Amino acid sequence: MLTLFKNSKVLFSVFMLLGTLFLGSAQASPVDTYEFRDKVTEKRYQELTKELRCPKCQNQNLIDSNSPIAADLRRQVYNLLHEGKSDMEIMNYMVDRYGEFVLYRPKVNNTTYILWFGPAILLLLGFSVIIYILRRKPQVKEKQALSAEQQDKLKQILKD
Amino acid sequence: MNKLIRLLPLIVCLALGGVLYQGLFLNPQELPSALVGKKLPDFELSTLKNAGETVNAGDLKGKVKLLNVWATWCPSCRYEHPYLLEIAKSDRVAVFGLNYKDERGPANQWLQQLGDPYVFSIFDQQGTLGLDLGVYGAPETFVIDGDGVIRKRFAGVIDARVWQSEFLPLIEQIEAEQQGS
Repeated sequence: MLTLFKNSKVLFSVFMLLGTLFLGSAQASPVDTYEFRDKVTEKRYQELTKELRCPKCQNQNLIDSNSPIAADLRRQVYNLLHEGKSDMEIMNYMVDRYGEFVLYRPKVNNTTYILWFGPAILLLLGFSVIIYILRRKPQVKEKQALSAEQQDKLKQILKD
Repeated sequence: MNKLIRLLPLIVCLALGGVLYQGLFLNPQELPSALVGKKLPDFELSTLKNAGETVNAGDLKGKVKLLNVWATWCPSCRYEHPYLLEIAKSDRVAVFGLNYKDERGPANQWLQQLGDPYVFSIFDQQGTLGLDLGVYGAPETFVIDGDGVIRKRFAGVIDARVWQSEFLPLIEQIEAEQQGS
C-alpha cells in the first residue's frame, strides 16, 4: 500500500511537471476564425503574424497578442493575403505604417548591423583573447623559471 | 600596449555600462513614426457630425494643424480634452479630430457635453485611416504643416508641459519655414 502511495506521488509529480511544460507552450492566444482559401495561404498567414510585432504591446507578435490593434493588423494581413499580395509586399505595407519596429527580424542596414553582426564579432573577439592567453602561457612559465643565481641559492637552502 | 590590453576590459565595461544606463531613460513606447516627413495619406471618410458629408486630406486647412486621435472608449482622451480646448481657444493652430473606432452617437454626445475643440472630426469607425497613419492607440497627435506633410507624431496625453516642450518649438519652426518660403 505504501509503495503504491509512493508511486502515485511520483506519478503525480511527473504529471504536474508535464502539465506545466505543456501549459507553458500553450499560452492563451487569441483565436480568430478566419477561413483560408487554401493551406498555403493559411501557412503564410501563420508565418507573417509570427514575424510581425504588435506595435502596442512591444514584446509579442501579432499572433500571440490580445490587444485590439494586433487583431486589426491580423485582419489586415488576412485581407492583404487574399488580395494576392506577396509576403514582401505585406511586410513593406506594415513597415510603411509602423516603421521597422514591427519586424522581429529587422533589415540589415546602417542602424542594425551591430545587432546582426555584433554577436559574431564578440564571439570572434572572445576566441582570439582565449587563443592569445593560451599562446602566452609558455612564455610566462619561462619568465618565472629561476635564474642561475636563484637556483644556486635554492640548492643551498635545500642542503641546509 | 600591454597596459592598454589590461585596461581593455575596464573600458569595454564602462562603455557597456554607459549604453545600458542611457537605456534606462528611454521610453520604449515612443516609436519613431514611419510617416514623419511624408504626406498625410489620402482618405475619403465622413465627418463625425454628419454622415452625409465626406472629407479628404485636402480639407485639413491651416499653416500648422494638429490631427488628434481620440475616442470615447479612451480614458486618457478625456483627461487630455480640457487642454485641447485651451489649444483650440488660443487659435495658434487648427485642431482636427480623428474619431478612432468609435460610435457616432456617444462620440457626438461627448463633444456636446465636454466642448468641441475640433474644426471637425473625421469619423474613422473601421480604423482604416488610423491604420494608414500607423496609429496603435489613443490619444495620439500628429503635427501637419501647411503642405500637408506630417512633421511629428506624439503618442500620449498632451498637457501644458508636453505642449511647451514637444509642440511649441516645432510649431514655431514650421511657422518660420513657411514665412520664409
